[in-house]
Amino acid sequence: MKFEFTPENKELAMEIVKRYPPQYKKSAVMPLLDLGQRQAGFTSIAVMNHVAELLDMPAMRVYEVASFYTMYHREPVGKYHIQICTTTPCQLCNSDSVIEAIMKHLNLQPNQTTPDGLFSLEEVECLGACVNAPMMQINDDYYEDLTAESAVEILEALKSGKDVPVGTTKRESCEPFSGPKVLVGEPLDVSTLTRSDL
Amino acid sequence: MLKFSPRHTSGWTRRAAMRARSFATVDDTPNRVYGGLADQDRIFQNLYLGNSKKHGTPSYDLKTAMKIGDWYKTKEILLKGDTWIIDEIKASGLRGRGGAGFPSGLKWSFMNPPGWNKNVGPRYLVVNADEGEPGTCKDREIMRKEPHKLVEGCLVAGRAMNATAAYIYIRGEFYNEAVILQNAINQAYEAGFLGPDACGSGFSFDVYIHRGMGAYVCGEETALIESLEGKAGKPRLKPPFPAGVGLFGRPSTVTNVETVAVAPTICRRGGKWFSSFGRERNSGTKLFCISGNVNEPCTVEEEMSISMKELIDKHCGGVKGGWDNLLAVIPGGSSTPILKKETCDDILMDYDALRDAGSGLGTAAVIVFNKQADVLRGIQRLLAFYKHESCGQCTPCREGSTYLSKMMDRFYVGQAQEKEIDKALELTKKVEGHSICAMGEAFSWPYQGLVKNFKPLMIERIREYKRQNGLEDGGMQYGGWHDSGRVKDGEVVNNPMPKEAFHGH
Repeated sequence: MKFEFTPENKELAMEIVKRYPPQYKKSAVMPLLDLGQRQAGFTSIAVMNHVAELLDMPAMRVYEVASFYTMYHREPVGKYHIQICTTTPCQLCNSDSVIEAIMKHLNLQPNQTTPDGLFSLEEVECLGACVNAPMMQINDDYYEDLTAESAVEILEALKSGKDVPVGTTKRESCEPFSGPKVLVGEPLDVSTLTRSDL
Repeated sequence: MLKFSPRHTSGWTRRAAMRARSFATVDDTPNRVYGGLADQDRIFQNLYLGNSKKHGTPSYDLKTAMKIGDWYKTKEILLKGDTWIIDEIKASGLRGRGGAGFPSGLKWSFMNPPGWNKNVGPRYLVVNADEGEPGTCKDREIMRKEPHKLVEGCLVAGRAMNATAAYIYIRGEFYNEAVILQNAINQAYEAGFLGPDACGSGFSFDVYIHRGMGAYVCGEETALIESLEGKAGKPRLKPPFPAGVGLFGRPSTVTNVETVAVAPTICRRGGKWFSSFGRERNSGTKLFCISGNVNEPCTVEEEMSISMKELIDKHCGGVKGGWDNLLAVIPGGSSTPILKKETCDDILMDYDALRDAGSGLGTAAVIVFNKQADVLRGIQRLLAFYKHESCGQCTPCREGSTYLSKMMDRFYVGQAQEKEIDKALELTKKVEGHSICAMGEAFSWPYQGLVKNFKPLMIERIREYKRQNGLEDGGMQYGGWHDSGRVKDGEVVNNPMPKEAFHGH
């Protein structure tokens, strides 16, 4: 299967390459593979070869990178790729019930895709939103402060094409559930406290 | 004769004085209680989006950020020069916020050894935003709510190191955060704050974003550099240190997001202001993220050396079921050893106090276990995490993490002999200090902390398993092998297999 960047993506790729010193063009391999994955749906060998060609790299060096990082899918994934965090902070907040509910709802084991190609499931390590545990990531968006029921609701809403609010619905972001306990007044302007000798 | 001065009357100081102390232990300041930081001393004013909501703008909006003093007199700070900025950071006592706690001013000064300007060419500041330590979620809040503090921090820190450009390495999962940060960078370029004549100071500086793609080990500085150079993220041997030979073979320094983001405020309000918080050598304010079994998990900026009990009770609505229902706390992200309740009662949250208690502040990510949680399951899941994230380059870490994770799977259900607890402990002792990067320590310490504090629980679990399976008088060998167990065609038969940490295995 042949792969080539679309003209817009090609332009974007050239833009990305410019961020790095000219003799280190290969630094752009990670963003370009990501771009390719976004265009093709997954990081196929064709994507890797095309990136290698663009960056004048041996193809093997690109394969090495693509197989090292977990976010490059070398097999096709569903339209909604669900990544559920089950590392300790989430696990303490009962992420086990969330993943089990989703496995049951979709009748799916981790690393599988539903027959209609809509959902694929992955159990992942800490996604860095531990205060909002348990949480999951669907494509690029985080869904936080989940319960088994709300996680299944999100999947059903996605399936029927409804808009689902990203982030948490139980609070604004990382403040306590009952609302901020600090930083409740007017935000402070640091320029009023800046030292006089500047 | 040992005489207690009146300042030793409070409970925690007396107990702390009786505990073993290392040479660098700080003498307690008399009658000073830490914590209770006032709102006007918080650096991250937009942490709960107060400023953005007031003006109805997204968090990357430059004009709104300037209303709380971001980019105020940045030109003057830059014109003060590298020595001034570094001296200010040294005076503030800021220690690296990424976990190791190395003094930041000193680290930045390594970029300017005598005659540094004879080495002509680009020099880099690399900002480590590959936040992946379980429990830690502070850098994400900075990037999505205070991106201008980070961008401005890059410029100030870059000036201090005489760097020509900064690369911010964001973990790939933080896609939306990267978008917000890129918007902030674009606005800063448009306003002339970055570029060939940054803020009109004549200093040329660029800021770029590089997204990672999901590898915990890329949070290690040399692995991060490898990854930025377009290779698999496998740590390099040190020396040479990055300050000598780093990114693209040029002098570079890798620093954490929070360290960089607080630098401009420190320069504005003075190092003295920052060092007035917390105990000596542990000064400043810090973002704490408290997760796990607390009533209201949250991220909050507090004074260093706040007591753990106050931090949890005041900001997080207490432990689920009350303080007496506390079982254990991991005080600084997954790789710091776990502490049991007795230690937590009077511990202070700073580098030296936690180190003296046999743990560490790490990234100040507090993970709380209450008595309804299973601490063995928690550590089992952590070790599975390290097994998954080991880069596989060096043998002690690759094999050690796999072995340890498999043993922990058995300890969790109790399918083991008591002696194996110590065997696994010996394994961790062989790993720490013998791997290329600190990942060896990172997975050894949680297990060591578990054995130190919860060995009776592990033994109880093993006895329980033996009772349930009628193995009290023998019938099970080392490695969890029942006498009936055999290997047939490469498969284990007639032997129960321990539960793995993952679902669907």
